[in-house]
Amino acid sequence: MSKRLTVPKTYKLYIGGAFPRSESGRTYEVATPKGEFLANAALASRKDTRDAVLAARGAVKGWSGATAYNRGQVLYRVAEILEGRKAQFADEIVAQTGASRGGAEAEVDEAIDRWVWYAGWCDKFAQVAGNGNPVAGPYFNISVPEPTGVIGVIAPQDTALVGIVSAIAPALVSGNTVVVVASQRYPLSAISLAEVLATSDVPGGVVNVLTGSPAELAPWLASHPDVHGLDLVGAGDLDWIDLQIAAANTATRVLPPEQGTDAAAPTLQRIAAFTETKTVWHTKSLV
Amino acid sequence: MSFLEYAPAPESRSILKLRDEYGLFIDGEFRPGAGESFTTISPADEKPIATIASGTQADVDAAVAAARKAYDKTWSKMSGRDRGKYLFRIARLVQERARELAVAESLDNGKPIKESRDVDVPLVAAWFFYYAGWADKLDYAGLGADPKALGVAGQIIPWNFPLLMLAWKVAPALAAGNTVVLKPAETTPLSALIFAEILQQADLPAGVVNIVTGAGATGAAIVRHPDVDKIAFTGSTAVGREIAKAVAGTDKKLTLELGGKAANIVFEDAPIDQAIEGIVNGIFFNQGHVCCAGSRLLVQESIHDEVVDRLKTRLSTLRLGDPLDKNTDIGAINSAEQLQRITELSRIGEEEGAVRWSADCAIPENGFWFAPTIFTNVQASHRIARDEVFGPVLSVLTFRTPGEAIEKANNTPYGLSAGIWSDKGSRILAVADRLRAGVVWANTFNRFDPSSPFGGYKESGYGREGGRHGLLAYLKGGRA
Repeated sequence: MSKRLTVPKTYKLYIGGAFPRSESGRTYEVATPKGEFLANAALASRKDTRDAVLAARGAVKGWSGATAYNRGQVLYRVAEILEGRKAQFADEIVAQTGASRGGAEAEVDEAIDRWVWYAGWCDKFAQVAGNGNPVAGPYFNISVPEPTGVIGVIAPQDTALVGIVSAIAPALVSGNTVVVVASQRYPLSAISLAEVLATSDVPGGVVNVLTGSPAELAPWLASHPDVHGLDLVGAGDLDWIDLQIAAANTATRVLPPEQGTDAAAPTLQRIAAFTETKTVWHTKSLV
Repeated sequence: MSFLEYAPAPESRSILKLRDEYGLFIDGEFRPGAGESFTTISPADEKPIATIASGTQADVDAAVAAARKAYDKTWSKMSGRDRGKYLFRIARLVQERARELAVAESLDNGKPIKESRDVDVPLVAAWFFYYAGWADKLDYAGLGADPKALGVAGQIIPWNFPLLMLAWKVAPALAAGNTVVLKPAETTPLSALIFAEILQQADLPAGVVNIVTGAGATGAAIVRHPDVDKIAFTGSTAVGREIAKAVAGTDKKLTLELGGKAANIVFEDAPIDQAIEGIVNGIFFNQGHVCCAGSRLLVQESIHDEVVDRLKTRLSTLRLGDPLDKNTDIGAINSAEQLQRITELSRIGEEEGAVRWSADCAIPENGFWFAPTIFTNVQASHRIARDEVFGPVLSVLTFRTPGEAIEKANNTPYGLSAGIWSDKGSRILAVADRLRAGVVWANTFNRFDPSSPFGGYKESGYGREGGRHGLLAYLKGGRA
């Protein structure tokens, strides 16, 4: 019996809940560490970036307006779907990075567990980060965290899956939407993650995934006036100071680069970084 | 004598013990500045008050060095309990010298004495009192156990609430264990220099707080100083942008409290008497020199005429004049430059087709003054509806539905504050949820409290001042 011929996947972008090719028609070759061809990934353009920001902006209202309980369930659903596709993700990590099978499986496990950890924060973060304020007067005064808006993310470049998960999950917890530029060398896991998101009740536009050159795309993301937060966690090899300067024009909130395979390790501060504290004063009547 | 004519009741200036000349406050003592001195004047009569030193790069170097030494040798080693005791001392000394500080503030800034006496200075004391108690409780600030101070904090403050902005910056910085180099605004250095005397009376260790007066170049020297760990700035969005660019790529932690163009939304079921007072307080408090001023009145169409008529009637009773007079409601515009900006934007407002009404009040011969002004028939595209005027100028726009009100309110790059006036609690809660602003006042406006976080969304800046959140701007680390 002859060996079955495989059906390879076309890896495209993920914008507004759809999987378009780059409008530029460009692709780049993704290879194994030994140089064997794996796939052609889309080489996203400035226009793709702008389309992604537009989609993310349009999704803010629905995602931030969903109840925290609902967001928590949707993010937990992402973990459930990932769990069922562990083998596929491990295969992709092995193929792209040359990691051992055990190492790849451990990375997938960690990525799933981080989704679960962050999913659980959705309906608790406001309790931890907000509080009532005992002002000196007849007012009910309360401070609560709200999402910043559209967050541009340069995903950690040294890992295929756990890095991108660790960067986007905390931004989603409070209700932000995300445009993420995947690891340039290991983009395939990011697009497979997008397939998981697309089948996990995450509304279209809440996460948008671009593959290609972070050096080419990051300046457009940093300077875009509709990008309100910029996570440069994976931008350590870029001219990231210039990105910060570009972001300063519209007071965009910026997280600096982090190095190493444990970049974007889970913390409460990563959720807090892209939230705004709203304080409301309600008058109390005299009774 | 009409009911509006009162005998003058000026607060006495004799309580002031001003010097003719003030140096820079560095390492616990006043010393001459290397730059060319300048004169601070009273905006109410343009008369000089005192000669003020101007800090150069070398002076800023000396101030940062003093702050670093104080941090390394004294302040970072002191217990939180003792840091707190110093802050409590400062709070009490501010209360003891409250009248003197209020007179100095009104003299130098031009704000009415009733505001500096009843709002600014009491809040200054409250701010130090509040953060004093935090100094030995930082484990509960929200960063986990044993959070650390950042080090030397550079702080640059505006001229609209000179001493209050100093308190907003200095109190949390010291409570968290940082030392400070602070630059007051060029036109309002006086109260900060009296505050330096208070620090001497409190016996605060030398170098923990350094006050370097000067103009923009002095501030830039602080921002760019390599041994400064934190920059806190309150002022214009344009300058905030430049500061954010200057600290890009450094380890300096940055918080910005920038401009605003707040919507004050009045629904047809609003408690109208309170709303009129709230609108007036929202935009004419402190001559409108307030970053969170309610400068865009969004009034439901059905009550537009009534609200505008009542506003005009109310504004006609406001008394503009001598800031030191206890009867004064509207003081002087802080500077000739600011008056020019307000005048220019108002002129553009008329040119663009908005209808201008100004209160008919006598304008003193000397000094900088601007009569309370309302623009009606304002469109969202008009510059008076988009640009921060930072003066006693109210733009009135209308809306029909809550959805339209929310959309118009959020239609600005700013996001500092907003107001809602309605008798319907459920509507207030729903509208407050959807306003993109850091502070929302419901059936009140321009309330401040040291326990209540304050700060912006969007281009109004980032970071919070006040409350537990205000501490986080001056801390790092903490064990999970």
